[in-house]
Amino acid sequence: MPNDNGPATQPALVSILRQGTHLIASIHTALDDGQLIRFQQDLIDRVGRDRARGIIIDVAALDVLDSFGSRTLRNIARVASLRGARTVIVGINPDVAFAMVELGTDLGGVLTALDLEEGLDLLNATTGADPPHPGRSTPFHKT
Amino acid sequence: MTDTTSTGETGDDMLLPELVAHLRENRTNLRQEWASRITAAHLLSAMTHQEIFSEATSVYDNYVEVLETGSVEALQHYARDLSERIIPRGVETDEVVGIVLLLRDVLARSLFEKYHQDFPLLNRILDAYEPAANRIANTVAVSFVEERERVIRQQQDALRELSTPVLQVRERLLILPIIGILDAQRARQLTEQLLRGIRTHRAKVVVVDITGVPEIDQSVANHLLRTVDASRLMGARVIVTGLSAEIAQTLVEIGVDLSKIVTVGDLQGGIEEAERVLGFTVIRPDDAQR
Repeated sequence: MPNDNGPATQPALVSILRQGTHLIASIHTALDDGQLIRFQQDLIDRVGRDRARGIIIDVAALDVLDSFGSRTLRNIARVASLRGARTVIVGINPDVAFAMVELGTDLGGVLTALDLEEGLDLLNATTGADPPHPGRSTPFHKT
Repeated sequence: MTDTTSTGETGDDMLLPELVAHLRENRTNLRQEWASRITAAHLLSAMTHQEIFSEATSVYDNYVEVLETGSVEALQHYARDLSERIIPRGVETDEVVGIVLLLRDVLARSLFEKYHQDFPLLNRILDAYEPAANRIANTVAVSFVEERERVIRQQQDALRELSTPVLQVRERLLILPIIGILDAQRARQLTEQLLRGIRTHRAKVVVVDITGVPEIDQSVANHLLRTVDASRLMGARVIVTGLSAEIAQTLVEIGVDLSKIVTVGDLQGGIEEAERVLGFTVIRPDDAQR
């Protein structure tokens, strides 16, 4: 549950923070299907409210990403792109990446990056919000 | 039990002990005979005469012990131990089986010699001897082969670990030279290693060089595709290099879709492409000064 809606006594499952024109959503723990849908709605709402140009979803805390999870991430990316924001998934663990290709679930064209820092670089370069760092390459790993 | 040749009435359960006593008595002669026949047959050519004789002694004693007790455990242990010592010296399976069969033969002949006057007794003695001897031959051969297989497995594991290095050549650029046959298990291990490498080196580009892969079929190609997909999920781009003309043609013929993979002719080209992507330019010092 997003931190701004959830009861104060429970630790937040997900946090959505704003950083410039980007939203940074971190998933802190494994979410069930209902929580994932809730997360998708909240995030898409925030895109409109904060007029975000980019979204970073950090999944580093997850040790499993099942087909429903991947589909939700894919859907978020598509819907966000319709509302004018680009999505990057960051922090996929080696084990998770391996399991995903073994099981044949993929993120179907969603951008991915190693971690938050990389994801921000990638977004800044593609959305033109910040000039890319000198000497850094242009983004290339479109999947 | 020294003089039983004349008594045709020895009980069947007494036959083996009698046999054993006979073999113990004639230990020196039979052992000598066996060792010389091993040399005559040019078996164990990798070992010296003394070595053959000393091993022959232990095998002989073990052999007689198995006949006596009927338990092959000690022999199994000894055979494995022996195999461990002689395999590195290039002793072949047929040699090991050969010497055990020779011993069986030598002992059988000595039994013939001793009992040839009393044919029914000889028959019963052989009835008792043959199954035990066969079991021994079996045990030794199986132990030898098992030991060999263990050594082979061990070497395979060692090779596997050696043969998949993930190397950083520039900041954020890894190369993964694949040499040898890529089977399912190796592909899996390779992918795992690569993914960990991507994380520890924070790699953005990986050049996978398959110059050393002798052949590629559908399943190998699929493994490669998966490796590429998994790396991509971690934000790294994969460039595959070193597809030979034959391999490229095979891939097209069997209809593997490699359009999702970036391929460059050779490793140099792959590294250059990766450098371009990462924003490196390599210039000679001379040119830089001008």
